[in-house]
Amino acid sequence: MSTNKLKKILQTEGLTRRDFMVRATALGVAAAPASALWSSSAKAATPNKGGTLRLAIGHGSTTDSLDPGTFENLYMQVVGSTAYNQLTEVDNNGDLVADLAESWDVTDDAVVWTFNLRKDVEFHNGKTMDADDVVASFQHHMGEDSKSAAKAILDPIDGIKADGKDKVVFTLKSGNADFPFIVSDYHVAILPAKDGAIDATSGIGTGGYSIENYEPGVRTALKRNPSYWKQDRAHFDAAEVLAIIDVAARTNALTTGEIDAMDRVDLKTAHLLARDKNVSIEEVSGTQHYTFAMHTDVAPFDNNDVRLALKFGIDRDALVKTILRGHGVVGNDHPIGRSNRFHADDLPQRPYDPEQAKFHLKKAGLDSLKVDLSAADAAFPGAVDAAVLYKEHAAKAGIDINVVREPNDGYWSNVWLKKPWSAVYWGGRPTEDWMFSTAYAEGVPWNDTHFSHARFNEILVTARSELDDAKRREMYFEMQKILSDEGGVIIPMFANYVMGLSKKVQHDKLGANWSMDGFKCIERWWFG
Amino acid sequence: MVAQRLALGLLTLFVVSLIIFLGVELLPGDLAEAILGQSATPETVAAFRRELGLDLPPHTRYIEWLGGMVQGDFGVSLANNREISELIGVRFKNTLFLAAIAAIISVPLAVTLGVLAALYRNSLFDRAINIVTLSSISFPEFFVAYILILVLSINANIFPSISNVSSDIGFWEHVYRVMLPALTLTLVVVAHMMRMTRAAIINLLASPYIEMAMLKGISRSRIITHHALPNALAPIINVIVINLAYLVVGVVIVEVVFVYPGLGQLFVDSVIKRDIPVVQASCLIFAATYILLNLTADVLSILSNPRLMHPK
Repeated sequence: MSTNKLKKILQTEGLTRRDFMVRATALGVAAAPASALWSSSAKAATPNKGGTLRLAIGHGSTTDSLDPGTFENLYMQVVGSTAYNQLTEVDNNGDLVADLAESWDVTDDAVVWTFNLRKDVEFHNGKTMDADDVVASFQHHMGEDSKSAAKAILDPIDGIKADGKDKVVFTLKSGNADFPFIVSDYHVAILPAKDGAIDATSGIGTGGYSIENYEPGVRTALKRNPSYWKQDRAHFDAAEVLAIIDVAARTNALTTGEIDAMDRVDLKTAHLLARDKNVSIEEVSGTQHYTFAMHTDVAPFDNNDVRLALKFGIDRDALVKTILRGHGVVGNDHPIGRSNRFHADDLPQRPYDPEQAKFHLKKAGLDSLKVDLSAADAAFPGAVDAAVLYKEHAAKAGIDINVVREPNDGYWSNVWLKKPWSAVYWGGRPTEDWMFSTAYAEGVPWNDTHFSHARFNEILVTARSELDDAKRREMYFEMQKILSDEGGVIIPMFANYVMGLSKKVQHDKLGANWSMDGFKCIERWWFG
Repeated sequence: MVAQRLALGLLTLFVVSLIIFLGVELLPGDLAEAILGQSATPETVAAFRRELGLDLPPHTRYIEWLGGMVQGDFGVSLANNREISELIGVRFKNTLFLAAIAAIISVPLAVTLGVLAALYRNSLFDRAINIVTLSSISFPEFFVAYILILVLSINANIFPSISNVSSDIGFWEHVYRVMLPALTLTLVVVAHMMRMTRAAIINLLASPYIEMAMLKGISRSRIITHHALPNALAPIINVIVINLAYLVVGVVIVEVVFVYPGLGQLFVDSVIKRDIPVVQASCLIFAATYILLNLTADVLSILSNPRLMHPK
């Protein structure tokens, strides 16, 4: 039992060997087996080559396109991340590593970034990658007429130009220490340029696999790129990615050996699937989280004691257990996940404490509180159930939550950002700055809590252009504390990415930045 | 007689095309606004309308659309600018393939069972057949599909649980991979055809010429196959053709359960994304299939009936 638990810890949490041995001792597992477990999980030895990986993704539609600017579902994200590369990559430990750019320099104010490109990279059509391709690939997402989903994140770029064949210089509108993270975004793939523009739907990239056959919403056949420059990647000879929307069909396909891996295991039946001898269930805790967002400028939520009362009035453990069926971790009312670089580990976890909640209500001058909470299952799977459970938890603190069940249709246009308290789903962002600037900076369109905090906004800007990691860590810790103690958002839980794999499939530690090993499963996994 | 039927078929198709076009016209809101969504500014809407020719009066657009359809030009998909004919072509071929396999299994099976049931009327065999086929038609398709997956795929491991087909697999491989959906469809349609065959034959067994045949001392099986069946063909053909049409246009659920890339899945995808040209084209193809098959039924009934073939 404790060994299994230990395995789970090993899979879901990014621990060092030392941390791991400490946890093992705490669980009463002897040093020798624990140590063996550690080395078996670090099974990076020598991956086998060959085979065809068959993958089923629970997304994908006939209307999809190979244009990276249009990627919006996991199907295209996985296909795109296999056929294309970006300048940088977030590796399976959450660290930024070189990809098409072998190194980068920055001026002290973090405004001018120079990326030095690799010289030995060929596109699938044989063309050698150079700086013009990079410039054209970025310009595809920028400019007035761009319909790209990456337009907003590239907005801070003031100018971009090629400096010789293998140097690209970006000038930003203001300093941003996280810029190398932004260029790792899956939309900003590097495609070959012709006459200064890319053919966005050609499907030709630099990735470890080239697209042989692409039927939108059905299947994609990929073949190994023989001239791929990454020596320790792309182990399969070929891969096939199927769009199987129906979770029962996906599960059947996995148990009957029609496919080797699938995303989004049905949480209700995950424990049954785990009994299958040929299937292993893998999960990682990333940045995906579910929230209840309050408008901090609307009564009664404009009083921080009311907000704190509501934060103490929710039983997070119970929600993780019932809504996520254990496939997740509790949240601490800030949107930074455990896999993020600057997660505030030492921030005390807020408990479920009706007495504290009563205390804060009294401090706000109230004996009881009656509030409306808008929810629909479009917000996140199980949102309505979560709201009803919350109502029961809060009732013990004298808070009467009236759960308003909203229609799924039009939830994001009519309820979210409009109703003063609503349930919300966030996929999370790879960096702290990205997350905070998207949803918590003053005045940004997706600030769903109408949060406006002078100190918070001030550090946000300072931290963005600070290049010293230690100083940034301090600043981001403070911001997480501000949000947790004064913010308008209740974040009860972070949901894991839960995947089903055939036992044949081997992998290193799974990346937690996105589902399917950071979208890179085809390039990173192998058959044992 | 046959020419009149053909003309009526064409007329029906024309009326259907008119209804499809008018139906889309009547949708609330503007197509350009619906597609542009939040980014709809007056300029982009105007540009979009010009691009799609939405600024022209309806009758001009209808004639252009119909003209294109007649020449096989279905236009382009709004979502990814692909040629609709190319998009639909592969999918329709897959749908027809599945329908054909299902028909090859189900039609002979249903007619044989129907004849046998008529031959051994009210026997244990007749009742057993009736109970089995009626139960299989009474369950929803997806339930039948899941039962088949459980028995034939998960437990026995004979057929694959998903119909993963692509253009580069061979004919027999394709047949093998669509076996489970084809069996599901067979179970769903057999009862209807089988009972109609049985009823049509039994109906005739009371007629004087059959009695005459019996008095001559011909065996029961010969009476049914040589004397009753040819005269019962017209109603049997009709019900077979209705079921064939169902096999082509009514299989969306089966396609979803088995992840089979047919026209039904394309249709559902396009409705969700409001890809109107694809929806229109699919509707017209479904309608044409229905009309064509019914026309075939009419023509075959006429051909199988000497009184209609050679009117006095």
